[in-house]
Amino acid sequence: MSKTIAEINEKIRSGKAVVFTAEEIIDVVHKQGIEKTAREVDVVTTGTFSPMCSSGAFFNIKQHKEKMKLGGGFATLNGVPAYAALAAADIYLGATALTEKDPRNANGGPGKFKYGGAHVIEDLVAGKKVVLTARAYGTDCYPSKFREQEIGLADMNEAYLFNPRNCYQNYNVAVNVSDKPIHTYMGKLKPGIGNANYCSAGQLSPLFNDPQYRTIGVGTRVFIGGAQGYVAWPGTQHNPAAPRSENGTPRTPAGTLALIGDLRQMSSEWLRAVSFTGYGVTLSLAVGIPIPILNEEILQDVSVTDAQITAPIIDYSRFYPYGEGEAKLGEVTYAELKSGSIRINGKDVPTGSFSSYSLAQKVASHLKNLIRNGGFQLTEFQAPLPGAITGKEA
Amino acid sequence: MRKFRAVLSFSEKTTEEPVIYRLITEHGIRINILRAGIDPGKRGRMVVEMSGESDRIDGGLTYLRSLDVQVEPLEKEIRRLEERCTSCTACIPHCPTGALNVDRTSWQVSFNAEKCVVCRSCLDVCIYQAMSAVEEFV
Repeated sequence: MSKTIAEINEKIRSGKAVVFTAEEIIDVVHKQGIEKTAREVDVVTTGTFSPMCSSGAFFNIKQHKEKMKLGGGFATLNGVPAYAALAAADIYLGATALTEKDPRNANGGPGKFKYGGAHVIEDLVAGKKVVLTARAYGTDCYPSKFREQEIGLADMNEAYLFNPRNCYQNYNVAVNVSDKPIHTYMGKLKPGIGNANYCSAGQLSPLFNDPQYRTIGVGTRVFIGGAQGYVAWPGTQHNPAAPRSENGTPRTPAGTLALIGDLRQMSSEWLRAVSFTGYGVTLSLAVGIPIPILNEEILQDVSVTDAQITAPIIDYSRFYPYGEGEAKLGEVTYAELKSGSIRINGKDVPTGSFSSYSLAQKVASHLKNLIRNGGFQLTEFQAPLPGAITGKEA
Repeated sequence: MRKFRAVLSFSEKTTEEPVIYRLITEHGIRINILRAGIDPGKRGRMVVEMSGESDRIDGGLTYLRSLDVQVEPLEKEIRRLEERCTSCTACIPHCPTGALNVDRTSWQVSFNAEKCVVCRSCLDVCIYQAMSAVEEFV
């Protein structure tokens, strides 16, 4: 049996679509089998809420009567520099940007990174105003050379999040084999493999549920930060050629998605700035992707469990930064990671996650309800992502 | 009989004074030191559990204040801003007493202030800045 996305959308419009989250579907398939479930279920929703540095927003600033050319000039928002090398009124603010006066890691200890680009984006989404300071060189058509004003999202023509990379399909489990604590983008790692940090929603994570990119592609409509956005492109570092388990899920970091969405539709419930001590500022974001159950293969993919997907354990003291030492200290399943402790070299090591499973559940449920209530229609992708077989090498 | 946990903050000028010795011998207060640390040239901090007769405790607190030792109830020290917490669990391996705990069915992280010994480990590892230390004397 098979369905089409058009048929599923018709059911969504009439309020009859059968929708489960990627966590709930596991039990449903377990109880009534693949064949019956594939016939009955229309959509399975995935969700994730985790930090991703490759995030940022484009803003188009409304011109004053006397116009200004920001392109080639300088612009900051609450002191955080934005990229001003586009047209007259366009800027891009990256999540990791820092104010000039931020000491970073220079004050004899790991920096705190309390405010950066992601915080500006969160402030704007929360409805706050921020201070735009802009300097330009002045032209005949854009004479203004200096501008300082408080602006909010209402003072911009457009404001949209454009993240070159999101939704990493699997990620490393980070540990520290050295004898000193280290501060990394995977958090604080205690010496002597004192803790192990991971970052994926596992069985709820979008690309773990569509490991071969059968339904998620360029143009797929997604829930992003509270808005309805789209997959704009394969994400940077998209690597479909990663080694895979028999169920098709990658055993190392693999596919990624470039995502786009309107900041004005987003809310700070689903978008948060974060500060990694000793590392920097980044942005955490809710992403939920619906997977249409077009056939039994797709249902098989979304019924994957935490016990069936694995992640590599990587040393972040020597191997990750310098490429020295043992490449991989082992492999663990997400079920083991979520138990709170994993075994590495005969030692029990406590685990912590940067991806919030609690919020991933909330995202997937929220998206499920949106679809059930007719508030979210599915799309056909317009172009596939480079696939596991046809894809480029890393 | 009174029993409570407190954070004692010592300034540089009290380093010559055997404060804990006097609290025990002269004021008759039972002291259990839970944590102690000194920043060279700055100040010392000690987390203690104090127990004893009420009037003796009052005498000890008066003595501490006469030395400008700040006494802060422990439960005022570390706070969790629930609205900022996403229950990600990054703090869990860093909390030595289990004050921060996750229910692995609901995936909600909870904070039990009674178990907290103000080691401050959570402050650096919470990326959402959901854990905060109250520095002011209450």
